Amino acid sequence: MIHMFKNNGYNIVLDVNSGCVHVVSDAAYDAIALYEKDPESAKPGIMKKYPEIKEDEADELIGDIESLIEAGQLFSEDIYEEYIDDIADRQTVVKALCLHIAHDCNLACRYCFAGKGEYNGESALMSLEVGKKAIDFLIRSSGGRRNLEVDFFGGEPLMNFEVVKEIVAYGRSLEEKYNKKFRFTLTTNGVLLNDDVLEFANKEMSNLVLSIDGRRELHDRMRPSRNGKGSYDIILPKFIRAAEKRNQTDYYVRGTFTHFNTDFDKDVLHLADLGFKQISVEPVVADPSCDYAITDEDIDKICDSYDRLAKEMLRREKEGNGFNFFHFMIDLEGGPCVAKRLSGCGSGTEYLAVTPWGDLYPCHQFVGNEKFLLGNLDEGIKRTDICSDFKRCNVYSKPKCRDCFAKFFCSGGCAANAYNFNGSINESYDTGCVLQKKRIECALMLKAAVNDY
Amino acid sequence: MKHIKTLNSRNFKESMKKGGCGECQTSCQSACKTSCTVGNQTCEHKK
Repeated sequence: MIHMFKNNGYNIVLDVNSGCVHVVSDAAYDAIALYEKDPESAKPGIMKKYPEIKEDEADELIGDIESLIEAGQLFSEDIYEEYIDDIADRQTVVKALCLHIAHDCNLACRYCFAGKGEYNGESALMSLEVGKKAIDFLIRSSGGRRNLEVDFFGGEPLMNFEVVKEIVAYGRSLEEKYNKKFRFTLTTNGVLLNDDVLEFANKEMSNLVLSIDGRRELHDRMRPSRNGKGSYDIILPKFIRAAEKRNQTDYYVRGTFTHFNTDFDKDVLHLADLGFKQISVEPVVADPSCDYAITDEDIDKICDSYDRLAKEMLRREKEGNGFNFFHFMIDLEGGPCVAKRLSGCGSGTEYLAVTPWGDLYPCHQFVGNEKFLLGNLDEGIKRTDICSDFKRCNVYSKPKCRDCFAKFFCSGGCAANAYNFNGSINESYDTGCVLQKKRIECALMLKAAVNDY
Repeated sequence: MKHIKTLNSRNFKESMKKGGCGECQTSCQSACKTSCTVGNQTCEHKK
């Protein structure tokens, strides 16, 4: 299976099952397409379309195509499906927790999937006791895994900062004894981000996610304070300082785009113009009845935005003024192994969310939906049947993923999105799929272009 | 090859032999939190 596309003057052929990416001439592009239909038709086909290509050169081109096939880099077979049961049945351990340290928030973002921080329940802060139990649970449940991850999430985690500090100290105190290494991360809206927090974060947090949507008017429209006023002016100076203090690495400014800014490339560039080097701006996930939800009519505009963004990023990169855009990052040489690509994000198996009172859910997006309550920190996981469903959810269990070129990059997509839009984690979120595919094409174009100069 | 340039030498298949150690970062922890992006994660052994 191959995927061929043209973007920004580059002809790109992705061999789906090997992950090999080929940048090809117009003649080779046509030759590969012809070869796929009928190998015998490729040589006469390109000699007819490209009179300047003589027989020797055509023979060489067909020979090159056949060498790639021989090397398993073109039209390679899917050899993974027969292993999927082994992967689905593998012994998994919990290696990452999302701690809902505060189900409360000092902003009132309109699109908040957490119902303004409270996840459609009552506001609550996680106690140190629950936090310590979460660390103990993670150590106990992680088997031989050394690297463990804990994300402080909310609501707004800095509304419970003292407990964050104490949980980190508790985790660190156990690292040597249990031969574990914690990677802590913090996601914040910035309102309470001060120098004390930054100093602590720079010492202890391997990543900091700073929520900002981009241009002031858009940010303020979607991310107002509780009093209705915008939050942009409050948080921006703090984020600029945070990024500088972290030497422009190991953080993301992270925004959400909606129906109101399908030209979100302007927001990404706004953030880049402010000096941020690590940027992630992502599509909102919302009920279609919301006025800010992305509609089918938005998709072409969003795809155009991705194309414009990729071209501008390339221009800036060539100028020596480049930046990272999370969704265009693809690691062709050192990326994940097949086992990871087949098992996906790990929600419900390796990654769980913990509520302020110690309940366990497959991930932060499912918190508050009682159907997905897995158990709690005192009694452990009781609904192993739900975990098993997540473990068996992969690109081969999703009908739409089987023939999709993006399957080994997105690994079947987000289970929560699939459930929210279709009522089943084994379905696909179609709009998300279209955008994911566009992002992969842009990312591969950027790889081709960077390789070119 | 005059008409074809291959960008990567690594083939997914090779990682079948020695993969699945599980030490890598969990995708959602990195930035996204609302969209699964596995392909941009880095293998712990390639760092």
